[in-house]
Amino acid sequence: MIRVCPVSALSPGESLRVDAEPPIAVFHTEDGEILAIDDTCTHQDASLADGWLEGCEVECPLHGSRFNLRTGRVDAPPAKKPVRTHDVVIEDDHIYVELSDEEPNLPPGVTLGSRS
Amino acid sequence: MKTVTVVGASLAGLYAARALREQGFDGRLVVIGDEPHRPYDRPPLSKDFLAGKIEADVLALEGPDDSLEADWRLGSVATALDRTAREVVLAGGERIASDGVVVATGARARSLAESGDLAGVHVLRTLDDAHALKVELVPGARLVVIGAGFIGGEVASTAKALGLDVTVVEAMPTPLAGPLGVEMGAVVSGLHEDHGVRLRCGVGVRSLVGRGNVEGVELADGTLLPADVVVVGIGATPNTEWLAQSGVQLGNGVECDRQGRTSLPGVVAVGDCASWHEPRLGRPHRVEHWTGAMERPAVAVASLLRGPDSGSSPTDGGDSKIPYFWSDQYDVRIQFAGHAAQADSVTIEEGSAESRSLLAVYRRGDVPVAALAMNQARLFGRWRRQLNAAASA
Ligand SMILES: Cc1cc2nc3c(=O)[nH]c(=O)nc-3n(C[C@H](O)[C@H](O)[C@H](O)COP(=O)(O)OP(=O)(O)OC[C@H]3O[C@@H](n4cnc5c(N)ncnc54)[C@H](O)[C@@H]3O)c2cc1C
Ligand code: FES
Repeated sequence: MIRVCPVSALSPGESLRVDAEPPIAVFHTEDGEILAIDDTCTHQDASLADGWLEGCEVECPLHGSRFNLRTGRVDAPPAKKPVRTHDVVIEDDHIYVELSDEEPNLPPGVTLGSRS
Repeated sequence: MKTVTVVGASLAGLYAARALREQGFDGRLVVIGDEPHRPYDRPPLSKDFLAGKIEADVLALEGPDDSLEADWRLGSVATALDRTAREVVLAGGERIASDGVVVATGARARSLAESGDLAGVHVLRTLDDAHALKVELVPGARLVVIGAGFIGGEVASTAKALGLDVTVVEAMPTPLAGPLGVEMGAVVSGLHEDHGVRLRCGVGVRSLVGRGNVEGVELADGTLLPADVVVVGIGATPNTEWLAQSGVQLGNGVECDRQGRTSLPGVVAVGDCASWHEPRLGRPHRVEHWTGAMERPAVAVASLLRGPDSGSSPTDGGDSKIPYFWSDQYDVRIQFAGHAAQADSVTIEEGSAESRSLLAVYRRGDVPVAALAMNQARLFGRWRRQLNAAASA
């Protein structure tokens, strides 16, 4: 499990990027849910933590693909592949991410360890 | 409508075909494209594809779920639109009777009259162009890029990373002054020298020299820049010649209202070939950016399917979003939204020019009209949204 930050450090409507391999994006929705997905868009190399959070969806800051944060499903193109989701655990007022053991859908040209 | 024909099988054409099906059109759908390829994505042609990081197959724009049930005519050139017979005419003479036509023929790279037919001189617009250029980008080769626009800038950056010796030549005193304004144009084009690419501004090209293969670029001031490869990146011309006799009003591209309707009923135009009425500038404005080519087809198709009595004045309704584009050069992601031409001032609100990480806001008086970011995607997203919200209010 990756320890992210205290719950109080991530207000509703905010997101942050965790430097894991590959990086993870953690979102706190306006409804109070905390959700985690791979940070890299499945279309091209953009950070979803920099995207626009609306309800339980994030819109990619580069070309506007929308991903459902609970399921990873693509709700709007150009992305074709879902983004991998991770389980979030809250313990002692801290956010932890349990890394998924599924294969990530990294975009073409991006491989593990290729990002600075 | 029984038959709708989409002319141009690239980004805007594909999204128009998708929008037709999504919006309930269940008639015959014909898509005509003169390239032999299925629709593919152009932006990576100057970036990851040229860099050899991705292969051509990942450029495909269609996904496994696309079930357009369209009649694809790839490798076919549309040569005319016959307004009386309501037919699209193909090279070879075939005529496709069409109740509706979506014009999505895009643009082609402008070439330099001076280049004759020397080998080693390239433009970059198509997959075939990219293949041809890529094999010549070998480490140590001397590349001269003519034109410091976005495509020129991206080619320079990719080639530098591949180990070429790169010089960029720009006729204007400041590169990118049109899209970004003089101040920010200077900041963004400063990336070249940061990365050891020479930039020569304010001097035109007199001729390309060489026998068989290009050997150099001669500038108007007499300087001779030795070159093994030359890329001409001096803009694009809309592909509208085929409409010359059609009665569709043409200017800088196919002139359209704010919903993509041309001067001919039943004919809409989208993407790089189209010049939609832009209320903020008070005139038609041709946008050559990926996002517009992806988003506007849904608006145009809706107006096409509503038919002639969707009435209203040519400036009504339609797309109110401000234009947006991005460019990747060196390690910097550049994003811009709005019209720099509307602004009378620009201020850096976050970061700095020196750090090459900044968010700049363009204003007319006190009103923000555009935003530029260098490696500030999150902040830029917020500004872009605000600008769009203000634009639609
Ligand atoms: C190298 C490169 C890099 C780019 N990078 C970026 C970027 O980083 N950011 C950004 O915002 N935009 C970028 N763009 C711009 C973006 O790719 C275009 O805005 C987009 O491709 C426009 O799509 P379109 O479908 O309107 O036109 P096009 O993609 O030009 O497609 C038009 C199609 O119609 C075909 N056609 C033309 N005439 C006929 C005819 N008579 N009959 C049949 N078919 C015809 C053409 O061959 C072509 O296949 C880039 C473009 C290039 C070339
Ligand atoms: S990188 Fe996310 S939509 Fe293109």
